[in-house]
Amino acid sequence: MLKKIRVTISVLLFSLITLYFLDFSGFLPESFSVLTDIQFIPALLALNIIILIALVALTVIFGRVYCSSICPMGIYQDIVAWFSKKILKKKKRYTYSKAKNVLRWSVLGATIIAFLFGFTFLVGLLDPYGAYGRLVTHVFRPAYLAGNNFLEAIFSSFNNYSFYKVGIYSLGVSSIIIALITLLVIGFLAWKNGRTYCNTICPVGTTLGFLSRFSLFKIQFIDDKCNMCGLCSMKCKASCIDAKNKVIDHNRCVTCFNCIEVCHRDAMKYALIGSKKKKAVETAPAFSYIREDKPKDESKRRFLSATLITSIAAGQLLAQTVTEPLLPKRELKRKTPIAPPGALNFDHFREKCISCHLCVSKCPSHVIKPAFLEYGLGGVMQPKLYFDHGFCNYDCTVCCDVCPTDALVKLSQEEKHHTQMGRVNFIIENCIVYYDETSCGACSEHCPTQAVRMVPYKGALTIPEIEPEICVGCGGCEYVCPAIPYKAIYVEGLTAHNTIEIKQEEVEEVTIDEFGF
Amino acid sequence: MDRRNFLKAVALTGAAVTTIKDADAMSVLTQSFQTTNAAAKYDMVAVLGGEPEAMFRKAIAELGGMKNFISKGDRVCVKPNIGWDKTPELAANTNPKLVTEIIKQCFDAGAREVTVFDHTCDDWRKCYANSGIEAAAKAAGAKVVPAHQESYYKSVSLPKGRSLKEAKIHQAIVDSDKWINVPILKNHGGAQLTISMKNYMGIVWDRGFFHANDLQQCIADVCTYAKRPVLNVVDAYRLMKTSGPRGKSDADVVLSKGLFISQDIVAVDTAAANFFNQAREMPLDKVGHLAKGEQLGVGTMNLDKLNIRRVRI
Repeated sequence: MLKKIRVTISVLLFSLITLYFLDFSGFLPESFSVLTDIQFIPALLALNIIILIALVALTVIFGRVYCSSICPMGIYQDIVAWFSKKILKKKKRYTYSKAKNVLRWSVLGATIIAFLFGFTFLVGLLDPYGAYGRLVTHVFRPAYLAGNNFLEAIFSSFNNYSFYKVGIYSLGVSSIIIALITLLVIGFLAWKNGRTYCNTICPVGTTLGFLSRFSLFKIQFIDDKCNMCGLCSMKCKASCIDAKNKVIDHNRCVTCFNCIEVCHRDAMKYALIGSKKKKAVETAPAFSYIREDKPKDESKRRFLSATLITSIAAGQLLAQTVTEPLLPKRELKRKTPIAPPGALNFDHFREKCISCHLCVSKCPSHVIKPAFLEYGLGGVMQPKLYFDHGFCNYDCTVCCDVCPTDALVKLSQEEKHHTQMGRVNFIIENCIVYYDETSCGACSEHCPTQAVRMVPYKGALTIPEIEPEICVGCGGCEYVCPAIPYKAIYVEGLTAHNTIEIKQEEVEEVTIDEFGF
Repeated sequence: MDRRNFLKAVALTGAAVTTIKDADAMSVLTQSFQTTNAAAKYDMVAVLGGEPEAMFRKAIAELGGMKNFISKGDRVCVKPNIGWDKTPELAANTNPKLVTEIIKQCFDAGAREVTVFDHTCDDWRKCYANSGIEAAAKAAGAKVVPAHQESYYKSVSLPKGRSLKEAKIHQAIVDSDKWINVPILKNHGGAQLTISMKNYMGIVWDRGFFHANDLQQCIADVCTYAKRPVLNVVDAYRLMKTSGPRGKSDADVVLSKGLFISQDIVAVDTAAANFFNQAREMPLDKVGHLAKGEQLGVGTMNLDKLNIRRVRI
């Protein structure tokens, strides 16, 4: 029963948060962003006290329910493990293992220290929610979009426009590689040993594990019923049940209830911790599932960890060698990256953003993608604006609305109109009006504040004139400028966003009573 | 064998290029059909002083009714300007009420299907929604089709074009029997004015080419596309006087309550430009594509030669 409830909640929350990342057409209401707000690290960074207290209380009362049912990465691992069971067809056996406390606490310590020194990258890399967000954005989402386009092709050929085509764009090699490595490494660990990531690496798992030690409700042995068959231990995906000694490491238990479900003798319960002292009753097992510890093959482990580390490094190297020559020339001229609206300034943004890439997924104009080294080493994967496929919609505030960590603070439409993310630069030598002496005006056409406006030039021609003071940095001009090979207009980023003043124009009363011809 | 089956058969043989050429050939046929069908008393009707739908009803009645332009069973495409993520009050897009009225009249005249689209500048879904046109068109029974991906466009050649010899035009137009051009009258930073001729830029895929290769000439060139609109209906209920074509605020908008309708695209734009000139000085020679269009034989700027019906409501 308990397990059924757990599985139902987990599958529901997991499906919804995944769909929320995938959804490009807005069929899920905006309120679904609450699914990301209730994640631990986002709540911590956004200093969302209510959610933090709720999560801590939940853990202190019921144990690591967060890890079990709320964290999408945790459920991803359960799904992988479930598949491994289905595909391998043989009985999945987990075995008890000792807690890797030194490793766990070192990772947590390193993450905190790195964060305190302004290196949020490590938190972003290891936070299970953020890592899962990237996984969806860079691996599942392209597949989802491709599926949509496939359906669109079929439906449209029958003159039905229920589906529409969506662009699938490359979002930078480094993030894709990191997402793929995350998918494979955590997936591999889950396939083999269940919740290894949660109990060795995950900084959230370590923190909540520390709390769950004191939780009121715990899984316990009912001593007089247990015959120490060891089945519970075999089913424990957290490898935390030592059936031989009837000891459960509640630190690592993710309250999945698999053990209770599997026990033939109802010898396990999930209940308030009693004050009853443990009686050591030796019940001879009818059949024991307990396996003796095999001698560990240290060299195999070394090999695996070495592979892991080199593959990460190779990925990074690959990312460098691939991206550099492919960088379009015009990107090089931008000295400062353009942080998305609501980022306030680079210090705030770099500290708060864990690169979950929800904004990347949600941006309807396809203008947000992960940075590489533009924000510095600590800012790898953090989102920046780019204008290859569109420009930032003047009235749109989606990215700041969905950001769960408040790295992008919420902006009203009015506030967004007054936010300057970057400033326009005009290179007249590249401009078509100057060079070809023909009409153009594409840049000014797209400018929402007329920071780029067309002024009289030779004859009937008009040429752009810029007023960077009122530029919002939306990139409309840069996106649309047709000058080749070098654009004549572009936006330069700002390390701190400015507030611009929009002049109120007087409405000049014009009445037309005549045809005029 | 009807046209659709014929096209399908051709497509099935795998000759995609042939399909496009046939579509062209067919459109030339429908073209000659259109002009003989239009037994209009006037070359142009100009209406002042009414609501968008009332002005259109008046204007089309003066032209002998929609039946003169749309035949029973026609697949019609109505092409408004839906370029911007703006509400109707800001006059960046065609008035949705006018679009509704035109669609209704098409169906009343026996149209089998009406499609509506525009290749927008802002995010297309926001434009379609916030312009009010998607809802209006759907309510009137039209099909609103996307236009934000290259695959919706088909290559056509423009043998009469000077700078633009070839363009990719939206399939909703290429595959239609008739189409109606419904621009809004606006100032434009590059082309000076955007009216019916400039509205063609919303039926093509690669607008960047226009801007990079003599915008005014390309606008005239694209108007030589063999399948001409059966009607150009200029929405001047509100006009955008300054900061066009996007506009900054309602300070750019004039409530001018006008509507111009003609089969002659250069003439109707010339008339609308003269009308605009009353709100803000706009000499016709600045709007370069008008004269270039006339040179290409797309229409005439000489309004004196035309039989124009002027109506006030």
